[in-house]
Amino acid sequence: MADIIEMPKLSDTMTVGTLVKWLKKEGDAVKSGDMLAEVETDKATMELESFFSGTLIKIFAPAGSQVAIGAPLCAVGKAGETVAAPAAPAPKADAPKQEEPKAEAPKAPEKQPEATPTPADKPPTEAGGKAPEVLPPPAPAATGDRLKISPLAKKIAAQQSIDATRVTGTGPGGRIVKADVLAVAADPTKLKAPTSGPGAKPAGAALFAGGGVANKGPVQEERLVPVSNMRGVIAKRMVESTTTIPYVYLDIEIDAEPLLALRAQLNTGLEKQGVKLSVNDFVLKASAEALRRVPTVNCSWEGTHIRHHGAAHVAFAVALEDGLITPVVRDAHLKSVFQISTEVKALGKKAKDKKLAPADYTGGTFCVSNLGMMGIPKFTAIINPPNSAILAVGTTVAKPVVKNGQIVAGQVLTVTLSCDHRVFDGAVGAAYLGAFKDLLEKPALLLV
Amino acid sequence: MPVITYREALRHAMAEELDRDPNVVIMGEEVAQFNGAYKITEGLLAKYGPKRIVDTPISEAGFIGVGLGASMLGLRPVMELMFFSFYSVAFDQIFNNAANVRYMSGGLIHCPIVLRGPANGGTNVGATHSHTPESIAAYHPGVKVVVPSTPADAKGLLKSAIRDNDPVIFLENTLLYGESGEVPDGEHLVPLGLARVMREGTDISIIGHGRAIQMALKSADILKERHNINAEVIDLRSIRPLDEETILNSVKKTSRCLYVEESKPFCSVGAMVACLIQEKAFDYLDAPVKRVNSIDAPAIYSPAVEKLQLPTVDSIYQGALGVLK
Amino acid sequence: MAKKETLGSEYYFNLESIPVSKKTPTPKKAEDSGYNARTAHINAKLGNDELIALYRDMVRIRRFEERCLRSYQQGKIGGFLHLYIGQESVAIGCVSVMGDDDHIITAYRDHGHGLAVGMGMNEMMAENYGKYTGCSKGKGGSMHYFDPSRNFWGGHGIVGGQIPLGAGLAYGLKYLNRKGACMAFMGDGAVNQGAVHESYNLAALWSLPVIFIIENNGYSMGTSQERSSAGPSLAQRAEGYGMNWDIIENGHDVLEVRDKVDRALKLAHDKSLPSVLEIRTYRYRGHSVADPDTTYRDKTEIEEYKATKDPLNYFQNALITEKVLTEEIIAKIDESARAEAETSAQFAEASPYPTIEDVQKDVYWEADHPADRKSQGSLFFN
Repeated sequence: MADIIEMPKLSDTMTVGTLVKWLKKEGDAVKSGDMLAEVETDKATMELESFFSGTLIKIFAPAGSQVAIGAPLCAVGKAGETVAAPAAPAPKADAPKQEEPKAEAPKAPEKQPEATPTPADKPPTEAGGKAPEVLPPPAPAATGDRLKISPLAKKIAAQQSIDATRVTGTGPGGRIVKADVLAVAADPTKLKAPTSGPGAKPAGAALFAGGGVANKGPVQEERLVPVSNMRGVIAKRMVESTTTIPYVYLDIEIDAEPLLALRAQLNTGLEKQGVKLSVNDFVLKASAEALRRVPTVNCSWEGTHIRHHGAAHVAFAVALEDGLITPVVRDAHLKSVFQISTEVKALGKKAKDKKLAPADYTGGTFCVSNLGMMGIPKFTAIINPPNSAILAVGTTVAKPVVKNGQIVAGQVLTVTLSCDHRVFDGAVGAAYLGAFKDLLEKPALLLV
Repeated sequence: MPVITYREALRHAMAEELDRDPNVVIMGEEVAQFNGAYKITEGLLAKYGPKRIVDTPISEAGFIGVGLGASMLGLRPVMELMFFSFYSVAFDQIFNNAANVRYMSGGLIHCPIVLRGPANGGTNVGATHSHTPESIAAYHPGVKVVVPSTPADAKGLLKSAIRDNDPVIFLENTLLYGESGEVPDGEHLVPLGLARVMREGTDISIIGHGRAIQMALKSADILKERHNINAEVIDLRSIRPLDEETILNSVKKTSRCLYVEESKPFCSVGAMVACLIQEKAFDYLDAPVKRVNSIDAPAIYSPAVEKLQLPTVDSIYQGALGVLK
Repeated sequence: MAKKETLGSEYYFNLESIPVSKKTPTPKKAEDSGYNARTAHINAKLGNDELIALYRDMVRIRRFEERCLRSYQQGKIGGFLHLYIGQESVAIGCVSVMGDDDHIITAYRDHGHGLAVGMGMNEMMAENYGKYTGCSKGKGGSMHYFDPSRNFWGGHGIVGGQIPLGAGLAYGLKYLNRKGACMAFMGDGAVNQGAVHESYNLAALWSLPVIFIIENNGYSMGTSQERSSAGPSLAQRAEGYGMNWDIIENGHDVLEVRDKVDRALKLAHDKSLPSVLEIRTYRYRGHSVADPDTTYRDKTEIEEYKATKDPLNYFQNALITEKVLTEEIIAKIDESARAEAETSAQFAEASPYPTIEDVQKDVYWEADHPADRKSQGSLFFN
């Protein structure tokens, strides 16, 4: 991965620098300590030193250009590596969120009641680009007054990903102190409504009082909230997915009893080893194995071509407090149920800790969205481009079924496959679901 | 453990060092025949004789310079300033000679002197007799400055100061001379540069030196009683060298600091400590570092008012509340 | 002579009426005509080699000082440079009668004293240049030469500030039962400093074996003695403290200096009694090299002194008369001294400066001896 060299701050009063002259050109070898360019500041012309060794693979700021502090100047990496210009950093006073969706990925959009899973953000098209960082909570919006906050409180707010601008300060002059931040961490209802700027929290989460008696106040604060970058991106992609893909929806009912029995048996037997498998672990494995049987579903529409993926990287939706994200279990077709289970737990925790890296949530070839735990028996999901299908898994419902001509109580699981008809037709989709059903109703097949 | 007064502790320290090292000599105005203006050296002349306990005329520049010159040959004079305020007439000898001779000679000479005396107000003796020059002294590289506030520290620090090969300025307090405290028997040495946590706490670090920090212990009690606040109280004891580690560890624990001292505010020891804290523990601070000092004016005579010009248990308590907001 | 004006009905002292640089005759001590320094025992016993050595040591001072001046003008020496040219007989005379247990301390015009006790020109010039090879590692400069191994305690910048130290050295010697004395030098400008009076008092009160030597070159910077000091002679002030005092009128005569100082030393050694000696001398250059030396004295005064009382010439003539010195020896001595001074300048030039890390060394004994350090905490704050 290439190192991006940014415009440094070379004097205490400098805000922009002029890249006067490059002393090296693209393709030149660079050693740590070498001078790369001459930079003119408000005080003097200084030389830009490289702290990295390698090859100067890309120059972003041409000679003569004026560059803000922190903006990228060039990239040093391995010869032949390609790198796209990363986003320029935000001007200091405003929140750092920019158009680039990559940077927003860890902060998934808010949870919707119908929870159409958010598509994972587009994987970076470049190989080896610099990974955008997980951003800290936004810097206070420049509304006029400085935010009064003690250094300690600021540190704690950053650590806990709390937006300090929404904390009520009880220190002198309204200063936010440690106790104020800790109070909000313990009870998020204490957060003030956002006054402006990006990153407005959803109304539902802020006012949820949890088991309280009838609230006689308004349902929520009456206000007009500008669409955040993240919401805007999601909206765009949802519209794109639903308007460009010709959808076919197929659903099938599955007898979940064998699966539940096997699962119970495994969990009991492996309890001492601390193993706890979930239904979803089997679902993910089955979906990957079904792709093995009906691989046409594991393809992507690329306009003039259809890409067939050799690996089944199965993404699964994780609900977060403020949204949704779809981490990917790579090579699910090669992993055991137990391996998948372990990975799902780890990725799920990472997702909740907001520590997912782009590599964790990009590159999926198929997606499973499971609303079983929310009690939804059946639903349809929106495909995550460039996938060509998504499997919506409902809850296991106890209902009367016909077995051996008799009506008995059964456990029925309904799944719905959304299909991109450009890539494959209903028959293929049906075959896929058939395979899926077969695997889940004979779950021992998933263990060998 | 024996309980003795601060005054006795000083006397014992000097006596023990006089016994231990024949080069130790006590000099000052009224230290011998008069038995000491504050009776610190009482009885020493009778025990050690006029060669070791020397009365000087009122001639601070002269006798401090003489002591300093003698120390270059290996004597260890312990020179008393009847009021440390009189240091200013000997400023040149102390801060140009004692502080610099080692440096200007490139390390060929050292001056193991101790300059001791009471540096305090609160005794209605007027502006010229009430100085607390610890920060002025500590400003000068080449000298050391200690301010013991208990009998045990008075003894332990004076012994260490006498044995120290650098010039040590040892600041006492007439109002502490009569205070009693436990002082360990036998050889009791307190190293310079080590602060003492007198009371452990979690909510605020009240740091200071001298009589004021002893008052702060009572203020800490009030904080606990009325507000259930647990204050940590630290006596620096030594200004230069300075125990930075104890200061910073405490502030990192409590996130709030109040510095308490009798000095006036401009460039006081507390100003230096506040600078140190914000420089090295900025991210731990939940409030600005504040100080309690004497009111910034020459020491007033009027007895009723002078005690209010100085820090009081109440003003320290209020100061702490101000930091805890 | 408008020396002592009484104020009477005037409200201020009219300074204009004081003539510039007019030395008034002052009462001498009992020593009068008939006195011959050459025959005094301390001098009579000197062999030719020793006499030549005295002469040579004065020449060395002169040449060293001249070389310092050149270096200063070349910008190699910064700050102050107080030259001893014209006063050589005083330092050489005094130091030559010192014993092993005698000590010496002086003010900032200390090059002559340094050379007199045996410090090397190299380390002294390097000190002037601020080099690490200087006698104070470059940390003191021209005003602060020290050599405790030769009982020389500096080199001090504050006028009069070293006098209590000198009394203190004597105090220490007495305390430690050493039969030595301390010669504490000052200029005529120092005699009015409070610290000096305090030292006189303590020395007399405690019978300290200290000899206060006033090198009276007539001027404290640009202010003549007449315009600075009230009363008759400077040394006579000692009477107020009950101390022995004397005036060496012919400070340019190295032999007279030796004799009178030796007597004071004996008094100090044998009876532990202090003395104040005023040695009349003269400096040819300004107070320091920054002093234009035009506002307070006539050039003719300098020329006159040089013609009649130059210490080197005076002694040279005497020794030529006695057939101790020849032109050849004189030339050799001169050449050797010049060469030695030149070498010291080259040595200084080639020597390294102290590093920035050296700045905080030699401040505290404890910081320089960490293995023996008993204190804790921070001694420095950056």
